[in-house]
Amino acid sequence: MPQITYRKAINDALAEEIIRDENVVIIGEEVARYNGAYKVTEGLWERFGDKRVVDAPISEAGFIGMGVGASMLGIRPVMELMFWSFAYVAWDQIINNAGQVRYMSGGLINCPIVIRGPANGGTNVGATHSHTPENFIANTPGLKVVCPATAYDAKGLMKAAIRDNDPVCVMENTLLYGETWEVPDEEYVIPLGVADIKREGTDISFIAHGRAVITALKAAEILAAEHGIQAEVLDLRSIRPLDEEAILKTVAKTHRVVLVDENKPFCGVSSQIAAMIQEQAFDDLDAPVQRVCSLDAPAIYSPALEKIQLPTPDRVVYKALQIL
Amino acid sequence: MISVTEEEVAIDPADYAQAKINKSLSSKDKIGLLREMLRIRRFEQVSLKFYNQGVMGGFLHLYIGQEAVAVGTISLMGDNDHIITAYRDHGHALAVGMSMNECMAELLGKATGCSRGKGGSMHYFAPDKNYWGGHGIVGGQTPLGLGLAYALKYKGLKGCCFCYMGDGAVNQGAYHESLNLAALWKLPVVYVIENNKYSMGTTIDRSSAMRNCLAERADGYGIVWDIANGEDLYEVRAKAHNALERAHKHSLPTVLEIDTYRYYGHSVADANAKKYRSPEEIERYKAHHDPLRLWEKRLVDEGVMTVEEIEKLDESIKDEANAAAQFALDSEFPAPETIFEDVYWEVDNNTESGSTGRHFFGD
Repeated sequence: MPQITYRKAINDALAEEIIRDENVVIIGEEVARYNGAYKVTEGLWERFGDKRVVDAPISEAGFIGMGVGASMLGIRPVMELMFWSFAYVAWDQIINNAGQVRYMSGGLINCPIVIRGPANGGTNVGATHSHTPENFIANTPGLKVVCPATAYDAKGLMKAAIRDNDPVCVMENTLLYGETWEVPDEEYVIPLGVADIKREGTDISFIAHGRAVITALKAAEILAAEHGIQAEVLDLRSIRPLDEEAILKTVAKTHRVVLVDENKPFCGVSSQIAAMIQEQAFDDLDAPVQRVCSLDAPAIYSPALEKIQLPTPDRVVYKALQIL
Repeated sequence: MISVTEEEVAIDPADYAQAKINKSLSSKDKIGLLREMLRIRRFEQVSLKFYNQGVMGGFLHLYIGQEAVAVGTISLMGDNDHIITAYRDHGHALAVGMSMNECMAELLGKATGCSRGKGGSMHYFAPDKNYWGGHGIVGGQTPLGLGLAYALKYKGLKGCCFCYMGDGAVNQGAYHESLNLAALWKLPVVYVIENNKYSMGTTIDRSSAMRNCLAERADGYGIVWDIANGEDLYEVRAKAHNALERAHKHSLPTVLEIDTYRYYGHSVADANAKKYRSPEEIERYKAHHDPLRLWEKRLVDEGVMTVEEIEKLDESIKDEANAAAQFALDSEFPAPETIFEDVYWEVDNNTESGSTGRHFFGD
């Protein structure tokens, strides 16, 4: 099976969907002639031209809102945010318009729009460029949010997101763009709301999404090598809809849980998962649910400290050992 | 101005009745325009009673005094023309042909409301009539209107989007971003600024920096703009038609500022409605600038209708409004389980995507 980067996997998904559906259009800052700030859209403008790949000026509220309006009339815009951190200037368009218009119209309207881009810290760019807003988006009924952790998932989830008839926010990760995974040549789509066990284990469950899955996998290797402990790693892939069944299943299997989450701890995604586990699987637990999140301060610039502000394998191992 | 169409030159500013688009109106058409304005006024007068009786909740932003703007512009719409507006949306809804029943029921939060009781006064929708709402956040609809125009152009349809907004919305960033995009990408959108002179309780001179008028700001983006007197239905139609033609023929945007006036407060809950402006000012508009009375006078002068015929029409519309009120009162509230409907298309339509994973949380 060919090994391709996370970046290329998304690029392939976009190209395949542009070919499949004449209403798919890529819009964003620097997506066309510049080939994408992170080269995710590289070559697409050259292949598909001005109509299908459109450079937008720096006006996130304007062009995201425009995409929402166009989607109401059946266009399927895939809007790139150079960083999800920039979504905050388009918040009204994303939350109030994409998120609420179906409800407020009593179901008369739907918005088949995708809003995508990187949403991560860890790249020494300071707090304003390091936000992870998946918890904010997931807090808004009407919106969907997915956070792929691998190239394989990024491609399959992106295709599902574009074909979905509701607004889907795809949160990628610049630290993963250059990483490679096996991705088949054949067409495949990964449904939203289906989690994936990235590593089988029997002693403890690590539940994560996005790059935290990679962190959890590294922690699992350390535990296996140094302590003979087998951790299961469950990748949520999609935050809303959420594969609750898969979560409850792994909890019932291992009885111990560490949630790994690059969100800040207060009202983060893992807060919801922890609440859900104690409500629905209390009797399956042999120990309190543990969490490893980003340290609770704005994202720091200093490269030395930023590394430890995000969840690290060592912190996951430490938390795991406390409940084993 | 960057372009002047033939039709524009053809308008005699002294008499908009002679504009081609107005000369083509039959007597029946003219009576139809009166009917639509009367429907708005009578509908809202009944809704005001509901509000004062505490039968409905939320806000009630009345359109009374501004009727010629919605009716005049919407009367020009063809199959591929679309509209979107802000929260003062009853007039546009009725003018596109929505029934008083569904609109009144929505005010009361009933299941028979146009939005099944989920939107309320500020959020009327009728996509089947090319009416995309009804939006509550000031200026928030301006990029959406741009998007409707983008979709029309993308699909190669000869159409246009009238995107209505108040004078208060011109200072929102999203509007300026939209103007830039509209000009940059040559999108067939017409921003209709319904200038009723007050953004809630703040007068224009205290909120907006400008040289002569709000529309003039379009110059900064190279967008053609115009101003119209909103008390004259003929003028509204003539000038809006120019904008529509510019969109249809040249795929170019327009900013059209229409001078108008609201008789009631920003909303009915506006406690200061008669403090930030004088009662005399309101009376002056009602007495001398009322678009409905002026249109009635036109029709009598032109020999299209007699006073008696107008009264008879008015009575029938009052009956329609009262019947709608009864319909709304008699309608059921939505069932509790409908709270979770109309959130996700995929769930509502029971698709595979709507059934993988959990979409709703809590109890």
